[in-house]
Amino acid sequence: MADNDVPRRKFLKGAGAAGTLAATALAGGLARAAEMPAPAPATAAPPANEPLLTLTADEAAFFSAAYDTIIPADRLSPSGTDCGCVTYIDRQLAGAWGNGGKFYRNGPFLPAKPEHGYQLPLTPREYFAAGIKAANVWSAKTYGKSFDRLSAADRAAAVSAMETGAAAFEDFDARQFFEALLQSAMEGFFADPMYGGNRNKVSWRMVGYPGLPATWGSKAEALRGKKVTIEPQSIADFS
Amino acid sequence: MARKLKQVDAVLVGMGWTGSIMARELTKAGLSVVGLERGAHRAPAEDFALPGIRDELKYRLRFQLMLDNGTETITMRHMPDEDALPMRRWGAFALGDGLGGAGTHWNGVTWRNLPSEFVLRSHLEQRYGRNAIPADLTIQDWGVTYDELEPYYERFEKLCGTSGKAGNLRGRIQDGGNPFEGPRQADYPNKPLIMSQAGLIFTEAAKKLGLHPFPTPSSNNSAAYVNNEGQTLGACQYCGHCEYFGCESNSKASPNICIMPVLMQDSRFELRTNAYVKNLVYDKRAKKVRGVVYIDRQTGEELEQPADLVVLCAYPFNNVSLLLTAGIGQPYDPRSGRGVVGKNFCLQVMSGVQIFVEDEINPFIGTGVNPAALDDFQGDNFDHGGLGFFGGGYLYPSISGGRPIQVRATPPGTPRWGSKWKEATTEWYNHTFPISAHGASYSWRTNYLDLDPNYKDAIGRPLVRMTYNYSPNDRKMSQFLTDKAVEVARAANAKIIGTPNPRTGDFDNINGQSSHHTGGVIMGTNPRTSALNRYLQNWEVDNLFVMGGAAFPQNPGYNPTGTIAALAYWSANAITTQYLKNPGPLVHA
Repeated sequence: MADNDVPRRKFLKGAGAAGTLAATALAGGLARAAEMPAPAPATAAPPANEPLLTLTADEAAFFSAAYDTIIPADRLSPSGTDCGCVTYIDRQLAGAWGNGGKFYRNGPFLPAKPEHGYQLPLTPREYFAAGIKAANVWSAKTYGKSFDRLSAADRAAAVSAMETGAAAFEDFDARQFFEALLQSAMEGFFADPMYGGNRNKVSWRMVGYPGLPATWGSKAEALRGKKVTIEPQSIADFS
Repeated sequence: MARKLKQVDAVLVGMGWTGSIMARELTKAGLSVVGLERGAHRAPAEDFALPGIRDELKYRLRFQLMLDNGTETITMRHMPDEDALPMRRWGAFALGDGLGGAGTHWNGVTWRNLPSEFVLRSHLEQRYGRNAIPADLTIQDWGVTYDELEPYYERFEKLCGTSGKAGNLRGRIQDGGNPFEGPRQADYPNKPLIMSQAGLIFTEAAKKLGLHPFPTPSSNNSAAYVNNEGQTLGACQYCGHCEYFGCESNSKASPNICIMPVLMQDSRFELRTNAYVKNLVYDKRAKKVRGVVYIDRQTGEELEQPADLVVLCAYPFNNVSLLLTAGIGQPYDPRSGRGVVGKNFCLQVMSGVQIFVEDEINPFIGTGVNPAALDDFQGDNFDHGGLGFFGGGYLYPSISGGRPIQVRATPPGTPRWGSKWKEATTEWYNHTFPISAHGASYSWRTNYLDLDPNYKDAIGRPLVRMTYNYSPNDRKMSQFLTDKAVEVARAANAKIIGTPNPRTGDFDNINGQSSHHTGGVIMGTNPRTSALNRYLQNWEVDNLFVMGGAAFPQNPGYNPTGTIAALAYWSANAITTQYLKNPGPLVHA
């Protein structure tokens, strides 16, 4: 599913066919996980049908391309999209946090120093909407295509340009946007799977984080300095 | 207009550690007490239950137990001539909310201050000479001594079931404890927690350098414990979800489990949650506070609670705000150095260095309190002659969990994304931890609190404005402490040592520092230079007492809770044994 041969937005729209393939892979992955005493190899696949709550098709395609660049499929884990990171951000942006929950939004909006942190009136939902538009305009100007249609190599170069500040978005801070994008990718990848990302606890398996219930008690001494190899468990496993 | 309620003996604003301690001591003395808590009720058995409490995204990243910034926040600027901007979301720090306050989501680190910290200015003048202290370093004596507070430190340790190892028992230095601590009458009620691998590496490295590591005093209990209020606490499960989280095993001491069950049985005490205090009712002519006005968040109604005694038990920002809006005490002016309210605002100066080792660290088997520390570079435990700064801090392996959204350091030069990042994260996740310095924040002339002219909270009050930056003293101290952390890192046989991060730049709202704010309503020996006397009683309004970190004249290099609680017991004792018999000023200026 890499590169520009199969446009990403089409892939997302046509999740039916791709989803079936992926679901078969998931069943195999879970079966293997159940048989093995040690942590299973990182596998993940999306539920068969998962409509978007708030993202537009263009936005979903952007996130998918960005997350697959930040978290590429390799021997350590499936791609960011296959780990559920797009589902994660869709749910987050549809919810309280995405719409300005626990966020001070009163003006005035004075000139800020970097040390003041985030100072825009935009909610996270509005911020990503505007940022994705700005990124795609910049991508079209620089590469002749929107970001999700770039080759893997060009996508990596584009993300690097956002990270270093070499990318100049129109009326939008590209570096700040990169930081928000990276943070959302890491949250989706590492948060408890109940949020839609980290499917099949792929990232926890990858690093060796055992998850719950984490009631180690006196085992803290017996396990000290020893490699802990147990099947990670998440909140759903105890619910 | 606010509807006036029936008069009570005492009203407390805020029901965290100090509110709970004060409520208990005052009701024991026979007073009728109302405790007002802005946030919701919190019962550990319901609110901190498994499995949901082990949710890094919800509790750490989205600040579930913290005050809603949409309701209230602070503004920040570096210097008095700048515009301050609001902290729109928590970052460098986060303020608690709800019953138990910060006492529910703290890590449980429970220090006593060094004796010299309580007489800081006198001590430094005596050792280094009056001229050695820069004019802008506005440090002061506290007006209370370590020996006076010692019994109250012990009471708090016995309330919490604090785990640790005495280093100085009645003047005798004890092997394995902190040899620099002030003399204590009793050892800790619980023995130290199980040392982690990071703690062992740190301890061994420190010993190689001739330093004096010891188990960090911790109110994560190493064993089940019945406290001095008859409450049963559990044993720590090493779950790695402590700070920012509530404790499901009742092993992390909190007001909710240590005191509230007793208070709730006491007919003299009434708890009102969702009670958002708006202002004090101040009778300027009589110089008495008559009560407080609050909004009942469940009905929207504005209510006035009259009381003979008013005790502010909120966070320093709110305590300062209530005094400034009431017009009690002269606001501090950083230009002239005159005035007392808002003065000597301090935070904590944190830094450290990441190390990468061969050992399996298992960061996810963790306690809130990093189990080892050393105090060789704390306070004035070392000679500051010629160093160009005062103060210090403790060094410690700062890893209290392996929650992977945030805890996954990689060696310098690793990309932040892509396959190379994944490889490095996978390789090092279980083999790295920081060696950190928990540094003092000594007061500086231009660091202070006042009311912001531009921004308001949800009920229309001005936000508190924090004018704060790292002082020249902080920066030199931070460099010194960070260098010491690097020396320990070198002695630890690290495979890779990360990039040290002393505080060289300006304070920022974004990167985690600590939520250890102090000052603004400081205690002292003189009403011209402090807002409170040695018993935490306001110098001009004798029926008003102010608790908490706000009373610290400057912040030593320790987590403040132990001292905050000891001061609350000390103040409560003065109220119940002296003030109630003869209401009036306890110290005559």
